[in-house]
Amino acid sequence: MITRMIMARLGVAVLTLLIVSVVVFVATNMLPGDVAQIVLGQAATPEAVAGLRKAMHLDQPAVLRYIFWLGGMMTGNPGTSLVNDVPIVTLIGGRLHNTLLLAAVTAAFSVPIALTLGITAAMWRNTLYDRLVSFATIAVVSVPEFMVATIAVLIFAVHLHWFPALSFANDVHSLGELLRVFAMPVISLSFVVSAQMIRMTRAALIDTLGQPFVEMARLKGAGRVRSVLTHALPNAIGPIANAVALSLSYLLGGVIIIETIFNYPGIAKLMVDGVATRDMPLIQTCAMIFCFGYLALVTVADICAILANPRLRYK
Amino acid sequence: MTELVEVKNLRVIARSDSGRETPIVHDIRFTVPRGKVVALIGESGSGKTTIALSLMGYARSGCRITSGSVRIGEREILSLSEAEKAKIRGRNVSYIAQSAAAAFNPARTIMSQVVESAMIHKLMPKAEAEAKAVELFRALALPDPEGVGSRYPHQVSGGQLQRLAAAMALISEPELVIFDEPTTALDVTTQIEVLRSFKSVIRERNTTGVYVSHDLAVVAQIADHIIVLRNGSIQESAPTEQILANAHSPYTRSLLAAANPAVHAQAAPPAEKAEDVPLLEVEGLVAGYGKPGPDGLPNVTVLNDVGLSLQPGTNLGVIGESGCGKSTLARVIAGLLPAAGGRVKFRGETLAGSVADRSKDQLRNIQIVFQMADTALNPTRSVAQILGRPLTFYHDVKGAERTRRVRQLLDLVHLPANMAERLPGELSGGQKQRVNLARALAAEPALILCDEVTSALDTVVAAAILDLLAELRRELKLSYLFISHDLSTVRAICDDVMVLYAGRKVEAGSGASMRAAPLHPYSDLLVSSIPELRTGWLDGLDKKAAEADGGIAAVLARADRCPFVSRCPVRKPGVCDVLEPPVRHLSKGSDILCHLEERELLALGVGA
Repeated sequence: MITRMIMARLGVAVLTLLIVSVVVFVATNMLPGDVAQIVLGQAATPEAVAGLRKAMHLDQPAVLRYIFWLGGMMTGNPGTSLVNDVPIVTLIGGRLHNTLLLAAVTAAFSVPIALTLGITAAMWRNTLYDRLVSFATIAVVSVPEFMVATIAVLIFAVHLHWFPALSFANDVHSLGELLRVFAMPVISLSFVVSAQMIRMTRAALIDTLGQPFVEMARLKGAGRVRSVLTHALPNAIGPIANAVALSLSYLLGGVIIIETIFNYPGIAKLMVDGVATRDMPLIQTCAMIFCFGYLALVTVADICAILANPRLRYK
Repeated sequence: MTELVEVKNLRVIARSDSGRETPIVHDIRFTVPRGKVVALIGESGSGKTTIALSLMGYARSGCRITSGSVRIGEREILSLSEAEKAKIRGRNVSYIAQSAAAAFNPARTIMSQVVESAMIHKLMPKAEAEAKAVELFRALALPDPEGVGSRYPHQVSGGQLQRLAAAMALISEPELVIFDEPTTALDVTTQIEVLRSFKSVIRERNTTGVYVSHDLAVVAQIADHIIVLRNGSIQESAPTEQILANAHSPYTRSLLAAANPAVHAQAAPPAEKAEDVPLLEVEGLVAGYGKPGPDGLPNVTVLNDVGLSLQPGTNLGVIGESGCGKSTLARVIAGLLPAAGGRVKFRGETLAGSVADRSKDQLRNIQIVFQMADTALNPTRSVAQILGRPLTFYHDVKGAERTRRVRQLLDLVHLPANMAERLPGELSGGQKQRVNLARALAAEPALILCDEVTSALDTVVAAAILDLLAELRRELKLSYLFISHDLSTVRAICDDVMVLYAGRKVEAGSGASMRAAPLHPYSDLLVSSIPELRTGWLDGLDKKAAEADGGIAAVLARADRCPFVSRCPVRKPGVCDVLEPPVRHLSKGSDILCHLEERELLALGVGA
C-alpha cells in the first residue's frame, strides 16, 4: 500500500520532469532568431548557415530533435556549447558543484535555526518572544536580498574587513577558509530562505497545538516542551517538510542575485550568461537541472509526509 | 474527611476576541464524596465541561478561572503554580475526553499514550506500566488486550478507543476521574458496551468520578448524585433517584420531558384514498464509493439491494448505526451520488442518477436538510439571501415579493422577521437548523430528506424542531424521509420505520410494529440499547447484546451470508453464516431479513 503510494509519487515526479522537458525545449526553440545565424554572425553566407544548420540537426523536424536532445540529456551528454564549443557537461560540472556546495552549507546553517525559531515561536505563542520572531521574519522577508547582501558587503567586507567581498569557492583549502569565503553569501541567503520556513513551521505547529490530543497530553501532566515535541511535532512533519523543500529549492535556481553580488561562480550565473549569448543547449540544461532539483526536493518532502503518517503507513 | 472534592464559589470568565469578558460559570459549589460519582448535566453552553476542567486547574484558551476554590484531598488546586498543577494532572486527577478519536494522537501507538502519564509522573518502570495497561484493557473487556496497544488509533473502532481512553485515565490510579461526555459520540449499541465496562471498572476500583453529560438517561445509570446546570450556574442538585422521580426546578423537568419526545406520528391519516402512485419508490438500490470494478459494483459498496416506498403525506424513518448507509441513501435519492444499480422513482417517473440530469421540477420537489446547519449555511450570506436564492431559482420571485416570501418562510419556522438580515454566525444552533429547514421549504417541495437534523442539537431544542416538523407536515402536506440513529426521534415523527444494517434493509414496518415482538435481532438490539430514564436499567439488562464491536467493515464485503451474523445473539451456525437470509413477512405487518421464522424468534423472546 505505502510502497504503491510512494511509487505513484515518484511516477508523478518523472512525468512532471518529462512535461517540463517538453516545455523547456519548446520555449527555447520559440525564442526569436536562428541559432546558426547567430553563431555565424551577420556576415555569414547562406551556404555556411545552411551547412551549420545541417551539422546542428536544425533542419530536422522538431519532434526528432527533441528526442535526440532528451536522449542526450539522459545519457549525460546534453550537447556542446554554441558559443565556445566546450561540452556543456564541462561547463556546468564545476559550477554545479559550487552551487550545490553553497546550497548545502546554507541549508545546514539555516534549516536548524529556522526550525528552532519556528517551533519555539509556536510554543510561546503570543508572547513577546513570538512577536519579536514574527516581526523579524516579516522584516527580513520584505527586504530584497540584494539589499541584505549589499549591506552585508558594506559592513563586513568594506568597513570591518572580516570577510572577503568576493567569494571564489575555488581557492578553498581548509575549513577556516571555507567558513570565511561562505560566510557572507550564506548569511544573506539564509535570511531569505529562513523567513518562509519559520513562518510555515510556526503556522503548522500552531495548527496541531489546537488539536484535542495536545490538550489531552497537557491534562495527562505533560509540560509544554513534551506536548510540543512528542505530540504536536510528529503531526506537523508533512507541512513542515514541504515548507523546507520549497525554501531550499530556491537555493538552486533563485540565487542569481547573490551569485552576482559576491561574484560567486555558480550555475545560476552561468545560465544568465547563457541567455545573454543565446547558448541554447546551455540554457536548456540549466533549466532542466533547476527543475530536477526542485522536483527532487518536493518529492522527498511528499514522501516524508507519507512516511510520517501512520494512517498511510499501516493500512 | 469523606469529601474528596470540594468546589466553592467557582467563577470562570471567557474573553471574546474583542476583549469583552463574560462570566461563563459562576457561584458553583458542590462536593464529591469518596467512591461516589457526581454527574454534571446540562446543555451545550451550560458550563459543564468548563467546571470539570477547572477541577484540574485547567481553563481552555480564552477562558480564565477568576475566583473560587477547588480542593481535592488536601490540596487547593487553584492556588498551585503551573508546574505543580502539571504534577496533579494525570496523576491525582485524570480526564476522559468526549471524543477519544480526537484525544488520541494519530501519530503515536496506543500503548505509548496509555502509559504516558505513568511515565511523565515516574510512577513505575515502563514494562510494569505496560503490563498494567494490558490488565486494564482486559478489565475493560477490550478484544485482544495484548495486541491492541501496539496499534495506532485509526486501527481500532470508536467504542474501543473510548475504552482505551478510560485505560489511559486509570493507569495512574488517580483519586478522581473526570468523564467528559465519554459516550456521546458513540452509537447506542456501542454506548451500552462502553457504559457497562465503565461501570464495572468504577465499581471494582471504587473510583471517585465526575461525569459530564447532556443525557439524563445515561447519567441515571452511572451517577449517585446529579447536578443540573444552566448558563453556568446550578439549577438543582440532588441524589439521582430524587432528580428522576421528583425534580424541583422547572428546567430539570423540561430536560426530563425532552428526553422522551412526544409522538407526532399521526396514525397515518389514510391519505384521501391513497393515490395509487407512491411519492417515492426505491427499487434494488446499490450504491457505494470508489471506482466501479469489473462486476459494475463500486469499490466500497455501502447500500446493497435497498428498496422502499413512500406514500404521499406519510413519513418514513430510516434508522441504523453510523456507517450503515443511511446518509448515502439520502444522497442517492437527492441525486448527489449516482447509484450503481437499481432505480429511484418519484411519482412514478424514474429519476436520473445525478442532479445535473434532473428537471428543475424534480429538483424542487425533493429537498435535503443536512445534519450540520453550521456548515450547510454559507457564513457570509444573510438569512434573507440564503432563503431568497431558492425562491428566485425555483419560483422566479424577485424584489418586494421575495422579501415578503422570506418573511413568510421565517414565520413558518417560528423565527422573527428581523432575523432576515442576520448572518448564520449570529444565530444559535436551533435557529440555524430552522433557517436550514426554511431554505428547503422555500422550494415548496413534496418530500424533504432530513439527514440527522436533530442529532447535533440539545435535547430541548431538538424536541422543539421535531414539533415544528410535525406542524409543517400538517400544514403543508409534506412527506419526510427522516434519517436518524436515534430510534426515539424516529418513532416520534414517522409512520413507517426502516432499519438498515451494513447497507442492507433488515427490517421495515410501521412505527407501531417496531414496538411489538418479534423483531429482527438487530432491531431488537437497537431498541434495547436505548437507555431508559430510570436507575438500574443498565444493571437489569441481560447480556444478550453480543459483542458490539463486530466491525461493520468486515461484514460489508460478504454478500453470501447474513450481514448481522457476527453480532447476532440467536444465530444458527451452518445456516446464518453461509446462506443469504430470506425476507420474511411477519404477522404483525413488517418484513425482516432473517433465517429464523417468526415462531422461532418469538420462542427465543426477540423483541419481547
